[in-house]
Amino acid sequence: MKLESMYQEIILDHYRNPHGHGLRDPFDAEVHHVNPTCGDEVTLRVHLDGSGRDAKVVDVSYDALGCSISQAATSVLNDLVVGHTVGESFDVLAEYQKMVQGRGKVEPDEDVLDDAVAFAGVAAYPARVKCALLGWLAFKDAVAQADQNAPELEGQA
Amino acid sequence: MTTFASAPTTAGATLDVEKIRADFPILSRTVRDGKPLVYLDSGATSQRPRQVLDAERTFLETSNAAVHRGAHALSEEATDAYESARSRIAAFIGAEPDIETSEIVFTKNATEALNLVAYSMSNATSSDDPAARRFRVGPGDEVVVTEMEHHANLVPWQELCRRTGATLRWFSVQRDGRLDLDSPEAQSVINERTKIVAFTHQSNVLGTVPPVAALVERARAVGAYTVLDACQSVPHTPVDVHALGVDFAAFSGHKMLGPSGIGVLYGRRELLEAMPPFLTGGSMIELVRMEGSTYAAPPARFEAGVPMTSQAVGLGAAVDYLSAIGMENVHAHETALTAAALEGLQAIDGVTIIGPRTTEARGGAVSFEIDGVHPHDASQVLDDSGIAVRVGHHCAWPLHRAFGVQSSIRASFHVYNTLDEVQALLDGVRRVQDFFSGGGVAL
Repeated sequence: MKLESMYQEIILDHYRNPHGHGLRDPFDAEVHHVNPTCGDEVTLRVHLDGSGRDAKVVDVSYDALGCSISQAATSVLNDLVVGHTVGESFDVLAEYQKMVQGRGKVEPDEDVLDDAVAFAGVAAYPARVKCALLGWLAFKDAVAQADQNAPELEGQA
Repeated sequence: MTTFASAPTTAGATLDVEKIRADFPILSRTVRDGKPLVYLDSGATSQRPRQVLDAERTFLETSNAAVHRGAHALSEEATDAYESARSRIAAFIGAEPDIETSEIVFTKNATEALNLVAYSMSNATSSDDPAARRFRVGPGDEVVVTEMEHHANLVPWQELCRRTGATLRWFSVQRDGRLDLDSPEAQSVINERTKIVAFTHQSNVLGTVPPVAALVERARAVGAYTVLDACQSVPHTPVDVHALGVDFAAFSGHKMLGPSGIGVLYGRRELLEAMPPFLTGGSMIELVRMEGSTYAAPPARFEAGVPMTSQAVGLGAAVDYLSAIGMENVHAHETALTAAALEGLQAIDGVTIIGPRTTEARGGAVSFEIDGVHPHDASQVLDDSGIAVRVGHHCAWPLHRAFGVQSSIRASFHVYNTLDEVQALLDGVRRVQDFFSGGGVAL
């Protein structure tokens, strides 16, 4: 069933118990992203150490209102990027974006995606892709605001 | 007069929903692995009967031409079909049916119709036509709306105020989904500074039908113009714009079994005659010289460019279809569906209705929340059962904020819906609760 493959137990677990939730100090940039079609919103802060691809993501903190997909995606984001470099994080985001926008035709790279591979089922529901990307694109935007040397996302201008 | 419509399969006082459903090809399809479609999103857009689809096709296959241009046979037939549709739509809402004194302007949709009024009023400020002076809006003037407006009847007035320096004021919504008209603050919302009072005939979220007569009376007492958003009323219930006494009303074709790409502005003839144009160009002129132009009489003044034609023919056929069923019958049927939905949803623990809980002064938009489940997730599970509902803020964000909710689930009905479909919704809501209860996946 497509519905079950989207609502994986791991997604519902993250939704019920989001990781790293709440806004924290210190931070280098804060962004507010909204999905105007449904009203979902996220306020997200990043705290970096360093600059460019090698900068370390020290913290991602967030306050979010939204559906299980957008909440769980932001929770998984926190798991996957905190403690890693911006370059590694953007590699995950590029692969993740390719997967959820792939209409089910993209074979996800589990080695890169880790837990984020659980969102593969979203690709079958184009109306939910924005939910899965809300927190991740907020993260990308926050990094760009925090660091003028932030790298470009792979595959994007 | 050329009409391209045939009568619906079901005519007369008794509503045979199964026969009506047979007129709507889309209702027999399945979705999501073979589940019968349960379409409960007519508040967003309604489905179209064969009679409407056939009318458009027949027009395009036999008479298509640019209207109000040229003198060839097709041009005459197309113009006749277009104007005949205008006349029948006018009669449907109690407006002047005579084409020479028509009060019906065709627009792209209701949003454009409301913008037409708002832009005409700000254009009046720079117009050198003395007749347009009465529409001028500026600093010190006030425009009144309500907190339950769809963005289409809110943002154009915010913008009018921004362009002209006027002030926007509004009636608040109470917890029971009714407008506060009587508190001390509400008493002064409409006052001697008010120029325009714009309000919905039926909230697209709450279903609430505000007291139109009381609002029109207050507006008239201070000489303000009234603008009625009739998008959720004209498709579902008998509406007589002259009896309501409003100055303007707007609605969309696609919510009343007709095509998208066509909306209607009703305006009192005397006002349309004095108003400056919104969009300018071909067809809307009287005389054009290099130095400047004069404008045609309404409705042509407000229909610049080659208009949508098959859509007008289709909307004419939709009005014929609804008239043959009888709008009282449509309303009675939808009220029965609404009552069943309200009663059934209130009987489920953890479900909260947003809006009036009885069918009194209320239409068939039923919005609700399910405790602990985001509307987007709820709709996904309903969709998996073949049930189409709307989720989100339904283009009424301030209203949702007033209720302290981020978004909601909305079921809405039309004449083709059945009590079985209401039951499917109720069963679907229980499935949503099971699915997200944490006790495993119930499929």
